[in-house]
Amino acid sequence: MRVKEKIIEGLLLLSAIITVFITVAIIWVLLSESVSFFREISIVRFLTEKEWTPLFAEKKFGILPLVSGTFLTTFIAIAVALPVGLTVAIYLNIYSPGKLKLIIKPVLELLATIPTVVYGFFALTVVTPFLQSFIPGLAGFNALSAGIVMGIMIVPMISSLSEDAIGSVPLSLRDAAFGMGSTRFQTAFKVMVPAASSGIVVSVILAVSRAVGETMIVAIAAGQQPRLTLNPLVPIETITTYIVQVSLGDVPHGSIEYKTIFAAGITLFIFTFALNNISFWVRKKYQEKYD
Amino acid sequence: MTNSDLNRYKDKAFQVFGICCTFLGLIVLAVFLIDILIKGLGRIDWDFITSLPSRRAMRAGILTAWVGTLWILVLTALIAIPLGVAAGVYLQEYARKSRLSDFLEINIANLAGVPSIIYGLLGLEVFVRQMGLGESLLAGAFTLSLLVLPIIIVTTREAIKAVPGSIRDASLALGASKWQTIWMQILPASAGGIMTGVILSLSRAVGEAAPLIVIGALAYVPFVPESPLDEFTVLPIQIFNWVSRPQEEFLINAASAIIILLFITFLLNGIAVYLRYRQQKKVKW
Repeated sequence: MRVKEKIIEGLLLLSAIITVFITVAIIWVLLSESVSFFREISIVRFLTEKEWTPLFAEKKFGILPLVSGTFLTTFIAIAVALPVGLTVAIYLNIYSPGKLKLIIKPVLELLATIPTVVYGFFALTVVTPFLQSFIPGLAGFNALSAGIVMGIMIVPMISSLSEDAIGSVPLSLRDAAFGMGSTRFQTAFKVMVPAASSGIVVSVILAVSRAVGETMIVAIAAGQQPRLTLNPLVPIETITTYIVQVSLGDVPHGSIEYKTIFAAGITLFIFTFALNNISFWVRKKYQEKYD
Repeated sequence: MTNSDLNRYKDKAFQVFGICCTFLGLIVLAVFLIDILIKGLGRIDWDFITSLPSRRAMRAGILTAWVGTLWILVLTALIAIPLGVAAGVYLQEYARKSRLSDFLEINIANLAGVPSIIYGLLGLEVFVRQMGLGESLLAGAFTLSLLVLPIIIVTTREAIKAVPGSIRDASLALGASKWQTIWMQILPASAGGIMTGVILSLSRAVGEAAPLIVIGALAYVPFVPESPLDEFTVLPIQIFNWVSRPQEEFLINAASAIIILLFITFLLNGIAVYLRYRQQKKVKW
């Protein structure tokens, strides 16, 4: 009996430890291939060259165009998702009657479960033609419509995490504000949002991290032309799209082109890893404690 | 206008804005579903579901894609559920508050934030190359299992946490061992919550395209996979392939395939919501 209990505990521990192996394996895979990439291409070239053309005859290995493409789509997505998501959170928490929230929340969650290829299809076949009807210079592939659709995808994430944060502010604060004669608007923006600010900041950081790593929407709708620009109307390429582009082609294992996807991958991993850890830190350090 | 009028005006204005934003999601969802249905519904027939892919849009079908998706769903469930539930049980029931358990917790939260395409790079190197599985269903299922593992672990812990301590104490007081208590009391009591998390994670796996593209799943597979070591494609990859073609007819195929994919994900989510609802209704601790 004792022995059996110990064996089971050991097996369960092993399952938990596997998660550590996954992290180690991710870092090892990304590092080992990137190190061999950086043996051929210096890190200085990688970080300072202004063109990314590893698949062309004349190869340039500057990651900046991919990074700028990634940030451009991410920025557009957050510019859409933050105002809308935060407004929804405030509206559901402070304005809306209880029943509405019970209906709206599951529907917003449904938005979050739609596969991202489907959002990509939507961006390419609905949003881009719609925007082209009043933005004449808009290319068929562009950062703008991919970013907007990515923003719509992220709204539920920001609204639900922010709503949780606002909901965990003690009701006594809200009642005190109402008691002093504040309107709902004043209560929301002068009391509840400041009190929930750490949770809201965390939701935004996690949304940025999600947008940076998002793949299929940008691969379908934003184009495959790496260029160092902040113009949202022209085709660009993100880090994730580049990895997909190479994976679809026939690049031999061990070649420099093959190694580029790991160099791009480790760049992406560093961004998301940093963002996630900043969010843990914010949550831990600035979490308001109420008694 | 007095100050208080102005404040009341702002309050009303924000209320209108709030209603607009809240219903924006609903409107987008509606526009979107209607658009897809208009474009794709006409193309769905028995031939579309039972035909192999083809270079000619009107003859192409999604047989290999949905069979591949089904294989991936089952294999991922077989790999990820035991592993994720076991890890969740360990962290919630066995691990004492220590440096190790803190580290495991932070690590799992970090894994949940790693972009799916990075799991593709991991799968490509570890499962496809090192373990020699090739571009097979099994390599794809392993990759997606790692991707959904954090979700299963976290929801398992939440579900176990919701079981009241009195049940645990009663079982232990009657002389049951720790494992007997977990196996016969805690897991059955938390099964609804665990199943909800498992199904949600599987619906995530069904919709993933990026990691499978990276490990080398193909868009054009002219046969139905018959063993876990066969090459494969899945619905999201087939949709991506059709969307990337310039011809209008392939976009219609993509819309039809999206209807099938959404049917599968909404079905899975519906089951999860139903289980959660039943659990909440039935269980009154």
